[in-house]
Amino acid sequence: MSLLEVKNISKVYPGLKALDNVSLTVNEGEWVAIMGPSGSGKSTMMNIIGCMDKPTSGEVLLDGVDIAKESNKNLTNIRRDKIGLIFQQFHLVNYLTAVENVMVAQYYHSLPDEKEAMEALGRVGLAERAKHLPSQLSGGEQQRVCVARALINHPQLVLADEPTGNLDETNENIVLDLFRQLHREGTTLIVVTHDPEVAEAAQRTIVLEHGRLVKEIINENFVS
Amino acid sequence: MFFRMIKGAFVRQWKKMLMIALTIALGASLATAMLNVMMDVEDKVNQELKTYGANITVSPKNASILQDLYDVEGQAEAAYLKESELGKIKTIFWANNIVDFAPFLETDVALNGEAGVKLVGTWFNHHLSLPTGEELDAGVTSLRSWWDIAEGEWLDEQAHEDDAVMVGAAIAARLGLHAGDTVTLTGGSGERTARVAGVFDAGGDEDDAVYAPLHMAQALADAEGLIGSIEVSALTTPDNELAIKAAQDPGSLSISQYELWYCTAYVSSICYQIMEAIPDCVASAVRQVADSEGEILEKTKLLMVLITVLSLIGSALGITNLVTASVMERSQEMGLMKAVGAHSRSISGLVLTEIIITAIVGGAIGYGAGFGFAQVIGHSVFGSAIEMKLMVVPIVAVLVILVSLAGSVPAIRSLLKLDPAEVLHGH
Repeated sequence: MSLLEVKNISKVYPGLKALDNVSLTVNEGEWVAIMGPSGSGKSTMMNIIGCMDKPTSGEVLLDGVDIAKESNKNLTNIRRDKIGLIFQQFHLVNYLTAVENVMVAQYYHSLPDEKEAMEALGRVGLAERAKHLPSQLSGGEQQRVCVARALINHPQLVLADEPTGNLDETNENIVLDLFRQLHREGTTLIVVTHDPEVAEAAQRTIVLEHGRLVKEIINENFVS
Repeated sequence: MFFRMIKGAFVRQWKKMLMIALTIALGASLATAMLNVMMDVEDKVNQELKTYGANITVSPKNASILQDLYDVEGQAEAAYLKESELGKIKTIFWANNIVDFAPFLETDVALNGEAGVKLVGTWFNHHLSLPTGEELDAGVTSLRSWWDIAEGEWLDEQAHEDDAVMVGAAIAARLGLHAGDTVTLTGGSGERTARVAGVFDAGGDEDDAVYAPLHMAQALADAEGLIGSIEVSALTTPDNELAIKAAQDPGSLSISQYELWYCTAYVSSICYQIMEAIPDCVASAVRQVADSEGEILEKTKLLMVLITVLSLIGSALGITNLVTASVMERSQEMGLMKAVGAHSRSISGLVLTEIIITAIVGGAIGYGAGFGFAQVIGHSVFGSAIEMKLMVVPIVAVLVILVSLAGSVPAIRSLLKLDPAEVLHGH
């Protein structure tokens, strides 16, 4: 059953066509990578799927709702309830501890629960570092806090934008292992990357070039 | 979580928050200092002006009529006021504004045989215990503070120098008198021997007179319990149209105008109240002094108002800039909060709460510092403390909150328009 259906979307900025008639379907529990060189429209695609932008034309059905037609307020609610976001730059609040950063997502979703936030941190192997500030954590640890924050509200879709872009190989493997674990648990994952190794970890890879979907690769060797 | 986020922002970013609080404190301190000084400057300048002498003279009604008719001062000698009624001056509605007063009784005596010397009986530092419980030292020692004591010192009534006099510089030079000399004063009703306590140089007609304690002049003039005139130094409000109209004829005022005039410390209303308290007297303003005082006060107040307004504008701009800059600095954090589901209202609430807390802390520090600055200004300019005006507290509080909030409005508006995709992905 499809969780996300992108139908013929285009995104036009003044003097630039970032996405050109792209269609894509992602099923529940699927792990899809979106690849492409810089300027190919990956991040635009992620922003639209992540309810942070709207297409100029086309439909984006997330769990049956056309998010292209929703108001900004509703998009915020959809993002809060259905999507977990992971960023390349981590984007942690620098004056809050690791556990508090996770609780921020809970706070804007429903009610903060420190015990549950601690469990989420434990799941990414950071229970011991829960009371540390982002400045006291390594890049890999910060990204894991970001993963814990994305998962805390049990989203239907986890969207990761270059999640390993700022990590060394060890931390990259830790994050990919976390994704594998999430996939095994049935979480739908869309990972935007330009790193072939990260893309190869996914079930299916969509390749974008100049805003167009040029290739779709099924990973025959996919191991969850 | 809301308070955890607020606490986190303050505890872990205390340097940044302190910087904002200090900027607000600087603005608030300027506002506090200038407002306190501005509100106290009238009293302070008034007090300063009082050192230049009396601004009200009280004379017997008969003498005043003759004086008005013929403009001849000598005719006034026939009429007197009662010394026993002097204390009533401090019972009028504006008693607290009467800062000093002294009675005068003039008579001609022979000094060491030289006839035709003007003897002025008065109070020097006369101690009064009023029925109201107020203790007061009144007399020429403070009312004529500009006199230069060329020799000796001021006559001290409180040291029971009943048989001492002060001699004007001109007459002292003419008769070869010095402090410590003994002189003989012969009046119409007897003779008194007195010690010269001091020789003064007033720079005017007073240098040709001898000033003696009131009772000595009364004894020599055979005018026990009587005085010729009273000089009063009062803190007054500069005249306006109402005061001028009332001074011409209080009867021409409506009831409300009368009440307003009566309950305002215009020199004319104080004169009116003195005349109510002491029967058969005429109290009149020394117009030149009163007018000059009013003019100086008005100009000083205007200057202070301008400085205060400029300080407030400067403070407001400083606070606005820093608050705007600090809020805009956090655009990425706000973008993230939007990305994880925060609505504009929640973000505004968070930022405004932080700003209000910072403003309260900064305002409190600023108020304390500002009151300190006001004291520095008070002591260096007026030589006395500036009174704490409670009214300044709410004014500064409202001002700081308004300026801080106004300063954050443009920043918050931009934050609300913030596109999370733009700040998080740079698109």
